[in-house]
Amino acid sequence: MAIADRAPLLTIDGVSLRARLARAERSRKLKALGLILPLFLFVLITFLIPLGRMGYKSVVNEETFGRLDHTNQALSEWDGQSVPDEAAFAALAADLKAAQEQRQAGEIAKRINYEYAGAISKFKSITRTVSKMETGPYKEVFLEADKVWGDPRLWRTIRNASGHYTSYYWLSSIDLRHGAEGLESVPPDQAVFVDVYGRTFWIAGVVTVLTLILGFPVAYLLATQPAHRANLLMIFVMLPFWTSLLVRTTAWFVLLRSEGPLNDLAEMIVNQRFEMIFTRFGTIVAMTHIQLPFTLLPIYSVMKNIPPSHVRAARSLGAGPFHAFWKVYFPQTVPGIAAGCLLTFILCLGYYITPALVGGPRDQMVSYYVAYYMNNIINFGQAAALGAILLIITMVLYWAYNKLVGIDKMKLG
Amino acid sequence: MDASDGAPSGLLKNMEVRVKQLLSLTVSALAVAAVFSVVDVPKAVAADQLTIVSWGGAYQESQRKAYYEPYMKETGVKIVEEEYDGELGKLKAMKEAGNVTWDVMDVDSGHALAGCDEGLLEELDYSKIGDKSKFLPGTALDCAVGTIAYSTIFAYNADVYKENPPTTLMDLFDTTKYPGKRGLLKKPFGNLEWALIADGVPAEKVYDVLSTPEGVDQAFKKLDTIKKDIVWWEAGAQPPELLANGEVVMTSAWNGRIGNAIKEGKNFKIVWDYQEFDWDYWVIPAGTKNVDLAYDFIKFASDPKQMSQQSKYIAYAPTHVDAIKLVDPAIAPTLPTYPDNMKTAITTDLVFWADNNEELTKRFNAWLAQ
Repeated sequence: MAIADRAPLLTIDGVSLRARLARAERSRKLKALGLILPLFLFVLITFLIPLGRMGYKSVVNEETFGRLDHTNQALSEWDGQSVPDEAAFAALAADLKAAQEQRQAGEIAKRINYEYAGAISKFKSITRTVSKMETGPYKEVFLEADKVWGDPRLWRTIRNASGHYTSYYWLSSIDLRHGAEGLESVPPDQAVFVDVYGRTFWIAGVVTVLTLILGFPVAYLLATQPAHRANLLMIFVMLPFWTSLLVRTTAWFVLLRSEGPLNDLAEMIVNQRFEMIFTRFGTIVAMTHIQLPFTLLPIYSVMKNIPPSHVRAARSLGAGPFHAFWKVYFPQTVPGIAAGCLLTFILCLGYYITPALVGGPRDQMVSYYVAYYMNNIINFGQAAALGAILLIITMVLYWAYNKLVGIDKMKLG
Repeated sequence: MDASDGAPSGLLKNMEVRVKQLLSLTVSALAVAAVFSVVDVPKAVAADQLTIVSWGGAYQESQRKAYYEPYMKETGVKIVEEEYDGELGKLKAMKEAGNVTWDVMDVDSGHALAGCDEGLLEELDYSKIGDKSKFLPGTALDCAVGTIAYSTIFAYNADVYKENPPTTLMDLFDTTKYPGKRGLLKKPFGNLEWALIADGVPAEKVYDVLSTPEGVDQAFKKLDTIKKDIVWWEAGAQPPELLANGEVVMTSAWNGRIGNAIKEGKNFKIVWDYQEFDWDYWVIPAGTKNVDLAYDFIKFASDPKQMSQQSKYIAYAPTHVDAIKLVDPAIAPTLPTYPDNMKTAITTDLVFWADNNEELTKRFNAWLAQ
C-alpha cells in the first residue's frame, strides 16, 4: 500500500486514475453547463447587455461625437475664456454644413441645448446661414447673427460635447454641472434629482418598516396556528398577492378618491373629507398593501422552522415570556426579516405604476423620471444616467446591508 | 358605456385612461428595452396594413370615423390603431432598434418641428399629398402637414357655477371667487403663458417676459397662488372625466374633448378667453417600411371633402382652405377658429419652446416637488 501512495494509480487500460476522473467530471460539468446555459444566455441577452448599453448611453456624446471633429480640433488650443478665433468659427461652420446634409444638425443643436438653453434656435438659424455660404470669413457672420456666439460658455459647451464621452448626464443626475471654475451645483430652481433620489429611498424605507411592523405579528400568528386555521389565514394573505399589481393599485385609487367610499365614511363620522388621493399618504398606504406579502412570507417560512421547544425550554428555565421571545425566538427570525425587508426595499425602489396612479407630483420616484426623460424629453442619456445611478446606489446599499446582516444568514425558507 | 350613468362610469373611464396611459408607457419601456438589447424581432406585418398613432379618446374616435373607416372601406387596407401621449421617445427607440412599426403619426407642432430637426420624421413630398399652397399658412411644414386646428381652453362644470360663472382667464386663477380644484396639463407649456397673462402681462409681450429669468419667476409665482388647488392631467381624455366625476370644478383641456363631453350630455361650459391656438399634423416616421401607403393615407385624409368630415365628430377645424368652406355652419361656433372665439386667442411660440422646454421642464418639476 505504501507504493500506491507514491506511484499514480492506473486504471486497467493504463491511464492514470486522476485523468479518468477528470474526464468523467468534465462530461458531467458540460452537462451541468448545458443545463444552465439557457438561463445564462437569457440573463446575458435580456439583462447584462442592455445594462451595459444603458451605462454606455449615459456617458457617450451620441448626438455630437464624430460630427464636430473639426470644431473639436480647432478648439484644442483655445483658452476657454475668450472668444475663439476665426479658425474655430470656420470649423464649426464646416461641421454644421456637413451635418445639415446628413440631417444631423438638429441633433447637435439638441445636445448643446441640454447644457445651454436657447441653443436650438441659434444653431438652426446659423446652420441655414452658413449652408448658403461658400467661403468665410465666418466669425463676423456668426457674431452678427447673434451675440450668443461671442459667449465663451457656449463654446466651452460645444468643446465638451464634441468629445467621445461626457460626464454631463451623470453630473446632472446629482444636480451638478461644469462651471467656469470646475464643478458647481446647479441653481436651486433646476435641482430636481437629489430630492427625487432622497424621496425614492425614503418612501422605500418607510414602506419596508411598515410592512415589517404589520407583517411580523401576522407571520407569527400563521406560524403558530394549527394547520387548518393557518391555511385559511394564509389564503387571506395570498389572495391579494395573486391579484395583479395594477388591479390592486386601481382599487386603492377608487378607495382613496375624494368622492370615494373612505371619504364618504369620514364624512358620515367626522363630517369632513380628507385629501388622500394624489398624496404621499395614499402612495405609502397602497405600496405597503402591495408589498406586505413580500415581507411576510420569508418571515413566516423561517418562523415555521423554529421548533416551539426552544421557547418552551427557555420558559422552563425561568425566562419571562418577553425575555424568552426576545432572547430565544426573535434572533432566530432575523434571517427571515432580513430577507423579507431586503426584498421589499429593493422592489420599492423601482415602483412606477402605484405612485403614478395614486401619488401626487411630489411622490413620483426615480423610475417616473427615467420614463419622463425617455418619452417626453427624448433625452436617453439622462434617462440612462438616472437609472445607472439608482442601480449603483442600490448595489452599495445591498453591500452595506450584507456587511451588517450577512447574506449567508438570509433565508427565504 | 352610457355617458349619462354618472360618476361610476366617469370614474372607470378616467381610470381606464390612466391605466391605458401607463400601459402605453410600459410598452414604450419595452420598446426602449429593445433598443438596449440586441434582439431584433422580425416585423411580421403584411404590406397592406397601416399602423397609425394618435392621441386616443374622443379625438382618435373622430379620426376613426372621418378617415380610418372610410379609408379601409375604400382601399381594403387594414388600419391598426395605436395611442400615445406625444411620447416621441418611442419613435426614437424604434428607429435606433432599426424596427419602426409606426407608419403614420398625429403629432403636435412642437414635435413636428423637433422630430424633423432630429431626423425622426420623413421629409414630405407634397406632390404625393396635394397642393401645398391650399393649406393654411404655417400648416404645410417640411416634415408635417396640418390636419386640425385645436386650442387649449379652460372649461368648468356648469352645475357647480349656476350663477356668476367664470368668464375670463383671471377666474381660473381666482380661488377666492371660484373655490375648488382645477385641472392643468402637467407641463410648463401653455401654463406659464396663462400665468403671466393672468398676472397682467399683455398677451403680445408674454414671450418677451418669459425670455427673462424674472419673467419665469413671475409665472411660477402666479402658479404658486393656486398650486395647492391643482390636479395635474397628462392625457387629453382626462380633463372631461375629472370634471365629470367631481375631482375638479374647472380644468384646462383641448377644446374638442370638452365639446364631445357636452355633446354626450355633460353640463360643461368652455371659456374661450386667451385660448391657446395650435395645430396638429400628420407625419411619416423616418424608417417605416410603408412609406407609399402612408402617403396614400395622408393624401386621402387631406382631401378637402374628407377633411371637412372630422369637424362633425369633434370640434376641431380643418387646415385645408377648401375644407373650411365645407364645414357645416351650425358647427362653426364650437370651433376654435370661429371669430368670436378668436378674440383674445394667443399662439404658442414654438421657437421659444424648442429652446427652453428642457430647462423650463426641469424647473417645473423642481417646482412641483417643492
